[in-house]
Amino acid sequence: MKQHCWSIAGAVLLAALVLPGVGCKKKSVDPFPASDIVAGWQKSGETRTFKAEDLWQYIDGDSERYMKAGVVTTSTTDYKYKGSVDATVDVYTMSQAEGAKAIFEADPVADAKAASLGDAARLYGQSLIFRKGQYLVRVVAFTPAPGLGDALVALGHAVEGNL
Amino acid sequence: MSSEKGTNRRDFLKTAAVGAAILGADCKGMMAKAVENSGKAKVVLATDDALREQGANPEEQRVQKLLDKAIQAYGGNSVDVWKRIVHPGEKVSIKVNTIAGPALSTHVSLVLAICERLQQAGIKPGDIIVWDRTNHELEKAGYTIATDPNRVRCFGTDMAGYGYEEQPETYGVVTANLSKILTRNCDVMINLPLLKDHEIAGVTLAMKNMYGVVEKPYKLHGGNCNPYIADLNMLAPIKQKMRITILDGMTGLYNGGPSFHPEYTWPHNGLLVSQDRVALDRTGEQIIARKRAEKGLKTVAEAGRPATYISTAADAQHRLGIDDSKQISLVEV
Repeated sequence: MKQHCWSIAGAVLLAALVLPGVGCKKKSVDPFPASDIVAGWQKSGETRTFKAEDLWQYIDGDSERYMKAGVVTTSTTDYKYKGSVDATVDVYTMSQAEGAKAIFEADPVADAKAASLGDAARLYGQSLIFRKGQYLVRVVAFTPAPGLGDALVALGHAVEGNL
Repeated sequence: MSSEKGTNRRDFLKTAAVGAAILGADCKGMMAKAVENSGKAKVVLATDDALREQGANPEEQRVQKLLDKAIQAYGGNSVDVWKRIVHPGEKVSIKVNTIAGPALSTHVSLVLAICERLQQAGIKPGDIIVWDRTNHELEKAGYTIATDPNRVRCFGTDMAGYGYEEQPETYGVVTANLSKILTRNCDVMINLPLLKDHEIAGVTLAMKNMYGVVEKPYKLHGGNCNPYIADLNMLAPIKQKMRITILDGMTGLYNGGPSFHPEYTWPHNGLLVSQDRVALDRTGEQIIARKRAEKGLKTVAEAGRPATYISTAADAQHRLGIDDSKQISLVEV
């Protein structure tokens, strides 16, 4: 019995020593809402995360400009809207907010509508891009659909809430 | 570039003779010579404005007809042309482009149409491989991974048992490990790229699609991909096995490429066909340039990403084809 008590005390002591260290680690955030958190949206793919040096595996040819802007990691996953429209959500985590702003402002704004998300957002017929601090988020649907713009914004808000 | 809606009799006879000269030759390594002899490089642009009448995606039957129309304009009866491009017993690989996802990848319907014509030309289904970098990209683009050796196969270089050569190939500034699908599993490559703007190279068309056959393409991006794209296309397995390019221009991307940006796409509803990869790239570059001008965008050169690799590919060192627009015979049907 005495030995058992010492084991418990040892475990408590070990936890006390180790856990604060764990708590100091930056929390790893999955920004992607689960299925049905947003009406009509089902998460249809695994989350894949790429370090900066591996980003070419995902967007070869595009990765350089993100690296130049200080991308640290990129997470991506797929969704399906109302069972028929496939979409992809990319979350680029940059080292500084300036990097997210640089990428956001590099694209032409013609035909875009403003949207109320994050620090700045643009909405197109089939896509949404917004930035929030060091995050840049792109939501792209692969086919058009009625009411898609509002649906993209709703999904964007849910992602924003997880950042 | 001479452009014709259809061809008059004189031009037809001229181009048909050229086509016969090109296609009648044993294609391995003969293309550059055939183009030099002909004087002009032939590029066909076939379009169908009604391709999407039934919805957002091109209709399968219309895609088959569009392919046949393009091939006929290129060299005569469609199946006969295919018989001159490929020969029974040859292993044929079809290199698609699927990096940008389902809305901006080589259409499955086009690949199916080509597979049908290849089989009519005497190629066994088991001798056809449809491929790209990864299974994941192929599946996401709508392809079904298939490995039955008696049927048309479809998989990425990352499929177990394939991968990249351990020994790199070298030409000029390029040192690259090539996909074993290209080096060991085919005699012929049919190149099916897309019509896309490119953030670094200016445009990505026939020659840039070969970045999908190397292990580390990001190493070939310096200097607007110049001379990397031209040098890469000089590597023997690429230069010798690529017999024809059929560019899937049913959807075009005029800005923001190579990733899919729906806001910068347009329904071009066309295919570009040529055995001269340089002439095809020059033609595709001009299509994108016209679209950018129409949209009020800077030229790719003004945007700091000139497509200089096209001229490099035509220079005395490379001689991969013809880049001078005046020496390109564009047939529009």
